[in-house]
Amino acid sequence: MSREHERERNVDIGRIGVTLALLFAAFYFLLPILWVLFASTKSPGDLFATGGLWFSDEPQFIYNLQRLFSESNGIFGAWVLNSLLYSGVGALVATVLSVACGYGIARYRFFGKEAFFGAILGGVLVPATVIALPLYFLLNTVNLTGTYWSVLLPSMVSPFGVYLARIHSGAIPEEVIEAARLDGAGEVRIFSTIATRMMVPAIVTIFLFQFVTIWNNYLLPLVMLNDTSKFPITLGLTLWNSQTQRDPYFYTLVVVGSAVSAFVLIGIMVSLQRFWKAGMTAGATKG
Amino acid sequence: MSTTIPIERLTSRRKTRQRRRSGPIGAILLFTVPFALMFLAFYVAPIIYAMVQSTFAQKSSGLGLGALQEVFVFFDNYVRALSTPSFIASLGRLFLFCIIEVPLMVITATILALLLEAGKAVWPRAFRVIFFMPYGVPGVIATLLWGFLYVPSTSPVLQGLAAIGIDITPLQPNSVLFAIANISLWVYAGYNMIILTAALNSIPSELYEAAKIDGAGEWKTIFLIKLPLIRPSIVLVTLFTIIGTLQLFVEPLVLSPLTTAISSDFTPNMAAYNQAFAQGNSNLAAAMAVIVAILAFIMSFGFLRIVNKKGSEAW
Repeated sequence: MSREHERERNVDIGRIGVTLALLFAAFYFLLPILWVLFASTKSPGDLFATGGLWFSDEPQFIYNLQRLFSESNGIFGAWVLNSLLYSGVGALVATVLSVACGYGIARYRFFGKEAFFGAILGGVLVPATVIALPLYFLLNTVNLTGTYWSVLLPSMVSPFGVYLARIHSGAIPEEVIEAARLDGAGEVRIFSTIATRMMVPAIVTIFLFQFVTIWNNYLLPLVMLNDTSKFPITLGLTLWNSQTQRDPYFYTLVVVGSAVSAFVLIGIMVSLQRFWKAGMTAGATKG
Repeated sequence: MSTTIPIERLTSRRKTRQRRRSGPIGAILLFTVPFALMFLAFYVAPIIYAMVQSTFAQKSSGLGLGALQEVFVFFDNYVRALSTPSFIASLGRLFLFCIIEVPLMVITATILALLLEAGKAVWPRAFRVIFFMPYGVPGVIATLLWGFLYVPSTSPVLQGLAAIGIDITPLQPNSVLFAIANISLWVYAGYNMIILTAALNSIPSELYEAAKIDGAGEWKTIFLIKLPLIRPSIVLVTLFTIIGTLQLFVEPLVLSPLTTAISSDFTPNMAAYNQAFAQGNSNLAAAMAVIVAILAFIMSFGFLRIVNKKGSEAW
C-alpha cells in the first residue's frame, strides 16, 4: 500500500517536472514573439523607454500599421506580394518537378539511376550560399540578374523534394499501378491521376518545405536584385533597418513589418501542421 | 483486299508492342528530364562555373596600361585565400561555431521531443505548436528580433537580469558566437524536434510494455529503447545542422551594425560575398565558395562515416 503510494507520488513529481521544463521552453520560444507584439504598439520613443513585455501608456498599433503600409508609396505591400509570388510560384513549380522526378526514380529502372539520385542527394548537401554567388555571375552573362526570374528560376529546384518524393512513391502498392495498367491507363495518366492522389501528404510537405525555404531565403535575392520594388520582405526589412540612423521611426517600421511577416507565415504553417507531421516521418525511416 | 487486313493487324500489333516498350522510356524522360535540366542549370552549372572561375585571375596585360585580361593561374586563388589571415580566422570561427551549435541543437531538440513524448505533459499539442512556430520566422527577422533583445536599452531580459545584479553582454567579441548560436537554436530546434517526435511515435508500444514488465524505469527506457531506435533521425538532424552551420551568413550580417565584434569577413561566406561585391574580385570569391563546399562535403561524409562505423547504417 505504501509502495503504491510512493510510486504515485513519483509520477506526480515527474509530471510537475516535465510540465515545468516545457513551460520554461515555451517561454523561451515565445519571448521574441511576445516582445514584437508589444513593441509593434509603440512609438519609437516608447520602444526604448518602456518595459519590453508590456504595453506603453499610449498604444498606437493601428497608426503604426497605417504607417507601415503607406511608407514610400506602400512599398511594404509590394514586398509582401513579391514574397508571396517568389514563394508561391517557386514552390509550386519545384513541387511538380521534384514529385515527377522522385516518382520516375522510384517506379522505373533505367541506366544510371542510382548515380543520378546520388548527384541529387549531393545537391542537398551543398550549402545554398555556395551556389548563390557563382549563380549571380552565371545569370549576369545572360542578362537575367535584377529580374524576377533571377530569384524565381533557382527557387524552382528542390533536391530534398526529390528525396522525399522518391520515398513516398516507393510506398504506393505495386498492385494499384498494375491494375491501372491493365485497365489501359498510360504511365503519365497513372502518375497524374492515381499516384499523386495517394501522395497528397508528401506533396503538401514538399510544397510547404520549399515555400518556407524560399520565403526565408535572403542571400539569393540579396545578390540578384537591386531594384527595391522587386524585393521580398526579408530584403526590404533589412533595407529599412539600415536607415534607422537617418530616421528613428524606421525602428518601429522594422518591428511592425517583422511582426506582420512573421505572423503571415506562422499562420500558414500552423494551419497546415498536420500535413507536415505526416510527411516528415519519411526522414525517420531508412532512405 | 484480303491480304491487307492481316498486314494491318500486324502493323497495329507491332505498334502496340512498340508503344509498350517505348512507353516507359518516354514516361521516364518526361518525369525526370525537366528536373534534371533545372538541376543542371541551377545547381551543377554554378558549381562548375565557380571551380573554373577560381582558377583564373584578372591581370592587366603589358605594362599595366592595357585592359584587364583573364589569365589561368591554377591554384593561386586558393593559395591566396588560405594565406589570408582573416579568411583562416573566419574558417576557425566557423569551426568553433559548429562545435557550439551542433551539440546544443541536437541535445535540445532530443530533450524537447522526449519531454513531449513522455506522456506526462499537459497540453502536448499546444507546446508542440509553440516550439515549432519560430521555424516560420525567417532567419533575417529572427535576427532583427533577437538583435533588439541583445541590446540593453530594448531588452526586457537584460534589464531584468541587470536588476538582480547580473550583467550579460551578448554582443561582445567573446560571446557573440553564442548569441548567434542562440538565434539558430531558436529558429530550428522546434523543427528538428518534430522530426524526432515523428520517429518516437513510430516505436511500437509493445516495446515499452515489454520494458515495463522487465522492470525498466523511465531513464532506462530512454537510454536503452528510445534513443537507439530514433538514431537514424538523430543522425539526419545532426547532418542537416552541420550543413546549416556551414551556411552561416545572414545572422552575423544582420547583427553586424549592432556590434563591432562582427567584421565584414566574419564567416567564410561573408568573406566570399565581400570579395565578390565590395572588392570586385570574383575569382578569389569563387575560390572561397569552393573551399566552403569542399568543407561541407568533408564534414558531412566524415560525420556519416564515423556514425556508420559505430553501428548499423543510418542514412
